[in-house]
Amino acid sequence: MSELFNALREAITREEAVAQATLVRGEPLGAKLLVYEDDRTLGSLGHPELDQAVAADARELLPKGEIETRTYRLKSGADVDVYIESFLPPRRLVVIGAVHIAIPLVAMAKELGYRTTVIDAREFFATRERFPHADELLVAWPDEALAQVPLGPQTDIVVLAHDEKFEDPALQVALRSRAGYIGAIGSRKTSEARAERLRQAGFSDEDIARIHGPIGIDIGARTPAEIAVSILAEIIAVRSGRDPRRAGSGLLPAKASAGND
Amino acid sequence: MRDILPEIEQWLAEGEEIALATVVRTAGSSPRPVGAKMAVTRSGRMAGSVSGGCVEGAVFEVALQVLESGRPQLVQYGISDEMAWDVGLSCGGVIDVFVEPLVRRG
Repeated sequence: MSELFNALREAITREEAVAQATLVRGEPLGAKLLVYEDDRTLGSLGHPELDQAVAADARELLPKGEIETRTYRLKSGADVDVYIESFLPPRRLVVIGAVHIAIPLVAMAKELGYRTTVIDAREFFATRERFPHADELLVAWPDEALAQVPLGPQTDIVVLAHDEKFEDPALQVALRSRAGYIGAIGSRKTSEARAERLRQAGFSDEDIARIHGPIGIDIGARTPAEIAVSILAEIIAVRSGRDPRRAGSGLLPAKASAGND
Repeated sequence: MRDILPEIEQWLAEGEEIALATVVRTAGSSPRPVGAKMAVTRSGRMAGSVSGGCVEGAVFEVALQVLESGRPQLVQYGISDEMAWDVGLSCGGVIDVFVEPLVRRG
């Protein structure tokens, strides 16, 4: 097995961001270059000038987690294709409130490749028996527990604690973070009341607009598992830069127009 | 990659020879995006996918060739590929799949 594949496995296991470039058309076919976030690279595509150009492009794609095949012209005049794939650390889903809906939500999120953290101050709710799929179970007040979790753009926060005294402090921490998605359960009326409380706590309308609430896309979900699907569908839509309010009908037109060209 | 890494780790531990297929380009409508991966062992085990199931059989054959020769291959599947008459993409798209040896003996 190649040294480079080992290095890639290691980076993925250590949850380190890395891009892998592979020469997929031209010679040496299959040659590889690993590009790390800092100045390090490993391996070679067989042409020093190509390594340099590809490393620069890979460092652009890596923070966005993008994948692309690009064509480069070598000094010799020959064109080669290089496939560049970014590997970012896994996304993290933080669920506040170890309630019934949280159980299928965590199980399904795991299936989507998420690292999951469940937080609840009530220890009879946040049990291993109820959450066999959770990577982390934290029995603590949400705002204190959130301080222990990395809340970067790779983290999505779902607040299911249907109670002001859990929900408000958690949302305040969430809004001060760079989390990729923030959602909170509750009816339209509950959401409006919550927005008002956050406004009084000093948050701007722009801040408050980051909260998706009522949470989830409208698929007529009733059961906890169906609600989990609706929430995760919304998260996927937001992650893909789609408008979740239109996501219910997004799939078919996208396919149809792509098929017509 | 992350989704099929557990299987790959398992196969590595069992001493399998492994080829990796990756969708590196798509045109038109394709069931799986660029970056989709499928790993294949010489003994016939499979993990992941590169399409909705329409070209996996053909990719499997290429993977065995790649493990035999040690040389990667870039293969294209789609309606325009006459050689792949039985493995055309029903959705009308074209995909380029790069198949490379990951672990080989000898």
